[in-house]
Order: sequence, then C-alpha cells, then structure tokens
Amino acid sequence: MIGALAAITGQTARLSFRSGGGAFVGLVFFLAVVTIVPFGLGPDLNLLSRIGPAVLWIGALLAALLGIDRLFHEDHEDGSLDLLLLSGLPLELVVLARALGHWLATGLPLVIAAPLFGLLLGIPPLALAAVTLTLLAGTPALTLIGAIGAALMTALGRGGLLVAILVLPFTIPVLIFGVSAAAATIIGPAPFMPPFLILCAFTLVSAVVAPIAGAAALRASLA
Amino acid sequence: MRLNGEALTAERGGRTIFHDVSFTLGAGEILAVTGPNGAGKSTLLRIIAGLVRPIAGTVSLAPADEDGIARQIHYVGHADALKPALTVAENLAFWRRAWRGDGLGVTEALDHLGLGRLAGLPAGVLSAGQQRRAGLARLLVARRPVWLLDEPTSALDADAERGLGRLIGDHLAHGGLAIVATHRPLPIPPTATLTLGSGA
Repeated sequence: MIGALAAITGQTARLSFRSGGGAFVGLVFFLAVVTIVPFGLGPDLNLLSRIGPAVLWIGALLAALLGIDRLFHEDHEDGSLDLLLLSGLPLELVVLARALGHWLATGLPLVIAAPLFGLLLGIPPLALAAVTLTLLAGTPALTLIGAIGAALMTALGRGGLLVAILVLPFTIPVLIFGVSAAAATIIGPAPFMPPFLILCAFTLVSAVVAPIAGAAALRASLA
Repeated sequence: MRLNGEALTAERGGRTIFHDVSFTLGAGEILAVTGPNGAGKSTLLRIIAGLVRPIAGTVSLAPADEDGIARQIHYVGHADALKPALTVAENLAFWRRAWRGDGLGVTEALDHLGLGRLAGLPAGVLSAGQQRRAGLARLLVARRPVWLLDEPTSALDADAERGLGRLIGDHLAHGGLAIVATHRPLPIPPTATLTLGSGA
C-alpha cells in the first residue's frame, strides 16, 4: 500500500514539473511579489526588514494556492478518479498522497527559495531562518486546506482561481501565526515558540481533516 | 466465481433510466449490454463497478473477497485516464504501482497492444485509437477477474479490434468474466445479451 501511495505522490509531483505543470509558476509568482514590494515602499531598509517576514508569507500563501485547483480536476476529467477508486486504496489516503505530491512540487520550492528571496528585503539572518522554518511548518497546511477546496470544486465542475479565492479565508489563521512567529525574532518581545507550535498544530489538524473532507467531496462528485 | 446483479434500478437527474434489471454471470462468460443511447449502459457498468449507487438492487460477487469488490474489477470507461504530459510507459507504470498489479510488465503489456514503439512518447500526442489501446493495456498489468468494458472498440481499427477479441478470449479462458457495453457487434460472440430499454 505504501508503494501505491508513493506512486500517486510521485506522479503528482512529476506532473507539476512536466510541460503545462504549475511547479515553476508559483515560484515565479512568489519572486514577483517579493521584488515588487521594495519598489512600492521605497528603499527604506529598516521598514523592509521589519515587514519582510510578512511579505514573504503573503507571497508564499498566494503562490501556494495558485495551482491548487488542478489537484483533482484533471483526475475527474480524464477518468483517473474512477480508477483510483477501484485501486482499493482508501480515498482519504489518495487525497493525502496527492496533496503531499503537490506540496513537494510547489510548496517545498517556496520554502527553499524563501531565504534567498528574503535577502532582497534585507531581512536579518535570524529572522530569515525563522521565516523559512515557519514556512516549512505552515505551507503543508495551506496545501491541505487548498485540497479541500479543490475537491469541492471538482464536484461542482468548476476550477480556476475560484478555488484559491474560496479557501483564502480559511488560510488566514495560518498566515497570522506564521507571521507572528517569524516577526517575533525581529520585533520582540513576544516569544517565537507559542505561535510556532500553534502553526504546527494547524498543519497536523489539517493533515487529518483535509483527507476526510476531500474524500467526501470527491465521492459526492461521482454520484 | 459468479457475479450477480439483482433488481437494479438507476436514475439520472431524477429520471429513472432503467428498472429492475437482473443478470448473472459465471466464470468464462461474457455479457453484452446493448440498447440505444441513453438506455443506461454506461450507468449499469458504473453501478457494477461501485462508482455509482443504484436506487435499488444489489451487485454481489461470489465468493466474496476480503478486499471488497473494487479490487476484483477492471473498468474501462469512455475516458482513457492518461496524463497527456507523461509518456505512455509512465502512465501504465503508474497504474501498475497504484493497483499493486501482479500481471504483465509495462513493456510486455504495451507490446501486446502494439504500442511497444510508442512507449517513450507523451500520451498526449497519441491518436484516439492509440490512446484507447493504451487504456486497454491497463487490463494486462493487474490481474483482475471482472472486466467491465464500456464501448471498448470505439476508435479502434479492425486489427486492434481483433486483438481485443483475443485479449477477452484469453481472459475468459482463464476463468475471467466480462461485461461489455456496446452497440456494435463484439469481436467475440457473447454468452448472453442484456438489452436495456429505450430510456424514454
């Protein structure tokens, strides 16, 4: 069963990197957000380094939701969803495997790029490390919450940006705790750990809830 | 092995499309499902596969398998479930792993369907008939006793159609079951025919 789930995860990641996949679009979008902010705010390094973690988080949040609508839409269109159901695997685990593959191809690159992009905003090294760590802990939650929206919209036969807009409100708590943990290292005096642990909790809870909710939505899409 | 459908009733969009349909099928037998467009042929196959719930009636497979009916069934629907960006071989290898397939290897299965030379091409560049063959190659990578084929000969040329006939013949000879929805003559003679109504 692990092999079968690994195949699903691998295929999702591979599709993102192939032609027409969305792996690089998110990364480029993330870069665009980060580079545009200094032009808009002016070259005030103090200001930039203070709001830098928030800018990185907002950029990563939007980039993570950019291609999420593709997660199940194509499976539904091309008949793969039927065959996945006949694989005998629990649909919940199929959803989790798809979400994991999507995160590996689109979320993880954002985390890896974050310290580099943070330099453009003049974020100090400690805060840079903190942002990267919070993104590593928080972006899986974004993908998982997005997966629920993607599964719901698959049932309704709709996709596109609508999915991102629909799930955006539900990702705001992740954003708040992610930014407050990262900003704690710059602004103080609030400690880093409490918001960071709550962020981790969000990811863990969504790893349980999203597969169940997503599978229920996909089953409804077949009826 | 025996597949039974009892008093199946289905509706779509609140309208009954067929009512009280029963069938029984033993090892080595093939059932042809015919009827005009909209008679519910595809819906019947999806009900047997467990993808759609009937309004009434039951489908059962004897002897029952502990993994449930899903892992006993191959379903070939209208869509070929190919990812256009992946190669033909990658597509097939994916299903072989996802289904924990114990049948033929990917290369052998593709050779069987005459797709050996196309294995490295993206599935998106294949013609409709070649895509259909790639979809049928899935039947070979995992051994499953019940084949549900929905218009399997659509887009196939005469050669491939005979090939499919041999494939089904082999499957039946090994004690398999097949239910084929079609409105064209099958490449091999069916054991029984189930005709669904006009759907009106």
